[in-house]
Amino acid sequence: MTDSRIINLSIYRYNPETDTKPYMKPYELSVSTANDPMLLTLLERLKAEQDPTLSFRRSCREGVCGSDGMNINGANGLACITPLSTLKSKTIVVRPLTGFAVMRDLIVDMSTFFKQYERIKPYLQNDTAPPEQERLQSPKDRAKLDGLYECIMCGCCTSSCPSFWWNPDKFVGPAGLLQARRFLADSRDTATEKRLEEMQDPFSVFRCRSIMNCASVCPKGLNPTHAISEIRQQMLDDET
Amino acid sequence: MTVARKTFDAVIIGAGGAGMRAALQLANSGLKVALLSKVFPTRSHTVSAQGGITSALGNADEDDWRWHMYDTVKGADYIGDQDCIEYLCKEGPQAVYELEHMGLPFSRMDNGKIYQRPFGGQSKNFGGEQAARTCAAADRTGHALLHTLYQQNIKAKTHIFSEWFALDLVRDESGRVLGTTAFCIETGEVVFFQARVCILATGGAGRIYQSTTNAHINTGDGFGMAVRAGIPLQDMEMWQFHPTGIAGAGTLVTEGCRGEGGYLINKDGERFMERYAPHVKDLASRDVVSRSIALELRAGKGFDPKGVDHVKLKLDHLGADLIKSRLPGIRELSKTFAGVDPIVDAIPVVPTCHYSMGGIPTNIHAQVVTHYKGKDHVVDGLYAVGECACVSVHGANRLGGNSLLDLVVFGRAAGIHIEQMWKVNELPELSDVSDEAIDASLARYTRWEKSTTTGESPAIIRDAMQRVMQEDFGVFRTGEVMDQGILRLQALRERLNAASLRDKSKIFNTERVAALELDNLMATACATAQSALARTESRGAHSREDYPERDDTNWIKHTLYFEEDNRIDYRPVNQSPKYVEPFEPKKRVY
Repeated sequence: MTDSRIINLSIYRYNPETDTKPYMKPYELSVSTANDPMLLTLLERLKAEQDPTLSFRRSCREGVCGSDGMNINGANGLACITPLSTLKSKTIVVRPLTGFAVMRDLIVDMSTFFKQYERIKPYLQNDTAPPEQERLQSPKDRAKLDGLYECIMCGCCTSSCPSFWWNPDKFVGPAGLLQARRFLADSRDTATEKRLEEMQDPFSVFRCRSIMNCASVCPKGLNPTHAISEIRQQMLDDET
Repeated sequence: MTVARKTFDAVIIGAGGAGMRAALQLANSGLKVALLSKVFPTRSHTVSAQGGITSALGNADEDDWRWHMYDTVKGADYIGDQDCIEYLCKEGPQAVYELEHMGLPFSRMDNGKIYQRPFGGQSKNFGGEQAARTCAAADRTGHALLHTLYQQNIKAKTHIFSEWFALDLVRDESGRVLGTTAFCIETGEVVFFQARVCILATGGAGRIYQSTTNAHINTGDGFGMAVRAGIPLQDMEMWQFHPTGIAGAGTLVTEGCRGEGGYLINKDGERFMERYAPHVKDLASRDVVSRSIALELRAGKGFDPKGVDHVKLKLDHLGADLIKSRLPGIRELSKTFAGVDPIVDAIPVVPTCHYSMGGIPTNIHAQVVTHYKGKDHVVDGLYAVGECACVSVHGANRLGGNSLLDLVVFGRAAGIHIEQMWKVNELPELSDVSDEAIDASLARYTRWEKSTTTGESPAIIRDAMQRVMQEDFGVFRTGEVMDQGILRLQALRERLNAASLRDKSKIFNTERVAALELDNLMATACATAQSALARTESRGAHSREDYPERDDTNWIKHTLYFEEDNRIDYRPVNQSPKYVEPFEPKKRVY
């Protein structure tokens, strides 16, 4: 037998069918000292061993599908790539992503998030007929997409953005704008002017106050604030 | 139980690469398409594919689709269907160019063309020197591909039913598929999706094993739906163990690492693949490399015989620049799950369940077929694409990078075939569906709903099943051990019949989803076990210690598993390609 220690968790619970209001529920879990499991593993164990009603989303368990974004000890992150050793508090506090309506427990309604993503027309637009083979792109032009295309749409950034909390219907939000910049930066896309025009209002882009919550929580190390400033620069260049 | 109905021309179950490629083809042609997915589309497991998509574009070096075909037939250990492999390799370049036109952010060569890297089992000129055939977007090709296809489906205005779980196919007396029942995970609402055609695109089932590179959601839902509808599963003994899953965590480390020049070492620091595959070394086929690792571990050459024993994948000699530009995702995963920065140290790896070569048998158009009286018969109204299908282009062992290609080539093929049927008015019209037929497809939903709350938890049974599969149906197999394994599975299946769904709520009930998934996992595990026991030879990924040789006289054939009475039958392998001479079985040497 290896040594083990007791881990305390406090998890946000709300089942709209049975609960009149949400509450924090305490849990204890014994974890071997030889291991440093991810938070997702702890949640999976709680569900299997103690409470089948505990609800959360998960899929790839390796930080690429974006399912398990949640608020962990006050900061947004992915449970599947958050090792226990990085959670220093006496009790680990797990809540759903902020700024979205809670459907149940740690599961939020991300429809406003996806709507803003769709709004920026997140697909390549090119008004010339495609060649028989690939469209050419230099490695240098391709490098401009690095730091933009890797977004996994977990919502950690947008959920941590006060500008989005206030105007989720009008402000595109960091994830959507990162994606907008991904297509603006693509040498193969010919819709730059139209894309910029469609965001040319006081809210879509300009509600960003550059407080950089998005960049500090992004589990993929991306920087939406930087992308947004590049869009603004492009808008200015466009005007002059 | 009366349920609401929704009607469509086509219903696609699963929104990974194959399902979304099929949906795109159909939506763009004007059909009314419903795309059902139990997770938001970009959460599908295609997202985890890393190294690339293999196709003979000839960007890095001279290449030919026939060479790709030869490698694939050989890699499949000669039980891949050669007509379909030919189609895969010949159509491949076009399918890849289409992805590029859609916006997929491929890495580039200096001349602006799509970057291609060497992968295992690739040769020039029918078995000559190493080819570089795998098109890549760094080491995030699956992510780039899946997001691109999702974006195109937004553009095409496909009706996406995100977070809907498909229950079972609805069929009439003649066996024609009329649609599927499904429930909305968010609300619990049960709906009958009636369709002129259905496409199964439900992906793999690696979660039958304890240690797998697969996502939690890879639970063989299409396999379960097929066998319960009386449709056989083909070659289910053929499970690929990827040589390099991170020891303990199981997360994938792409073969692209070895393609870029990385290699495996044992505890003595020896590059042991030189002994097993003197010619191509670490770039031998996956089955060969996985077995070699297993033999090293057995010989006490692993790094941690008492814990999760493993060998190591050495990359540090490639230099920081290459690792950062070509393998950034691997570096991230390795740091997170192994606590190792590959720029400095070697990554601990071990063979890990990765891919199902077997699946729902289809023809070259992706139409599902069953087999009786020595002949194939198309199952009307049903297609299968992607990992859940067995076309079979992967035979007994899939080559790296051929999976993403399979998704887009056959997702597209299904779409094209349905489109053509529609244009010549041969797509069946929606017909009356009896309440009994719908009720039949709700049977297991009802069973779980009516289960007591005092029985066993599905989670316990799932863990036990995964242990049986890991212990009794792993890299090396023997009849005696598998006999035991089948008895253990039977006992678990009985326990499953008496298990309880404790949470009966409607809104986002993930225990209900997991219970329904377990039905499908168990069906998949049983199919695997019976098929593995039946094949008394060693071929590709199926390695029997009691039958160590390949037996071409008796076993160039597909295994078919029927759930009714656990019956095994066989189906011939296609050896009649259209444009080239067939490739005759040869001894596989790498």
